Amino acid sequence: MAGVGTRDIKRKIKSVNSTMQITKAMELVSTAKLKKNKDRLEMTRPYYETVLKTVGEIMRDADIEEHEYLSNREISKSLYIVLAGDRGLCGGYNINAIKAALAHIEDPSKALIIPVGKKAFEFFKRNEFEIEKEYLGISERPEFADARKIARLAMKLYSQEKVDEVHLVYTRMESTISQVATRLKLVPLDVEAVAQEVAEVADEKASFEPSAEVVLDYLIPKSIESTIFGGLIESSASEQAARRNAMENATDNAEEMIEELTLSFNQARQSAITQEITEIVGGAEALK
Amino acid sequence: MASTFNLNIVTPDKDFFSGDVDMIIVRTVEGDMGILRNHEPVVAPLAIGSLKIKKTGGSFEEAACSGGFINITEDEVTIITDAAEWAQEIDVDRAKTSAERAKKHLESAGEHVDILRAKASMARAMNRINIVENKYHHER
Repeated sequence: MAGVGTRDIKRKIKSVNSTMQITKAMELVSTAKLKKNKDRLEMTRPYYETVLKTVGEIMRDADIEEHEYLSNREISKSLYIVLAGDRGLCGGYNINAIKAALAHIEDPSKALIIPVGKKAFEFFKRNEFEIEKEYLGISERPEFADARKIARLAMKLYSQEKVDEVHLVYTRMESTISQVATRLKLVPLDVEAVAQEVAEVADEKASFEPSAEVVLDYLIPKSIESTIFGGLIESSASEQAARRNAMENATDNAEEMIEELTLSFNQARQSAITQEITEIVGGAEALK
Repeated sequence: MASTFNLNIVTPDKDFFSGDVDMIIVRTVEGDMGILRNHEPVVAPLAIGSLKIKKTGGSFEEAACSGGFINITEDEVTIITDAAEWAQEIDVDRAKTSAERAKKHLESAGEHVDILRAKASMARAMNRINIVENKYHHER
């Protein structure tokens, strides 16, 4: 019977269309959020870049060999702070961050996780990783206080020797269309790498008030806090960018699908009409 | 002869201040320190206190600083702090409430109260209140 085919196609077009409206709306929402988070990223980048630069300069000048956060100990447990989102529908954003962490975890029994974001938490819980504490609901609008809480917890675990190194996994925002999941070693601080960032060598070495040790005692935790904060901000901007891209693609795909469906709808309708005419003509012929 | 130097104050949420100044007085953990042009390179942690900036032209601007550190290099001075606000921007009511809250926390000092944190919060609030009150005191 004619009409059934067209009715099915019509229903499908309608459903794709309403999905498209949703993805379109989500795209607009994340475009707005992306703009906000990007502005924020631009405001905070100078802060943690300055902190890291200063730490680098000090490392270069201080000639300190022994420090709690600098010396490597034998690794029996590693802490991973994994920054991901609370929500899905953002392409590979969450899974890429999780994968970046997994790529570095050789032995799951030696890993301790601090997941930030519901998606990371659910993943590590489902796969029976050891979780120290999860932070949910902060990844969309991270505050400096959140970064401080996470940093304090990580440093506490480190100084109690519950973990022997701390890694941070976050998603760096390269541009609106490219976000890269990145892993960083936070503790023990990689002096060489930090010092390398500061290329030029000053003629005059800085002095430290009251002493280099005191300054470093203050500065290293600060740089860890700032790095985590930077990671949170970068990740939140990346999440919106990833979601915007995913939704843009979904909208494009939906448009394409509607186009194809409309075409086959028209074809089906046309063939139904043709068939009807043939039947009428055939019927008229038979009556002659 | 110009006797100014470039000063940058950065906080986590914004570039708080950036520009040429005549002098800055900061409170380090060791005590107050005044910095003029061509200061020896020094790095020092800052205590909770005020930042007094002497701008070109001689006017002083005061800001509350919630701890951080200062990095003096040959050509510029960078102050990195968790929070900073100009004296005129300080929300005294908010500072007072948070001082009250910290006081309560300290008095109730139980197992769950983080004494160090309450003390730091108290110090920050008192610092803000002091800066505002001193400012009005000077103007009178």
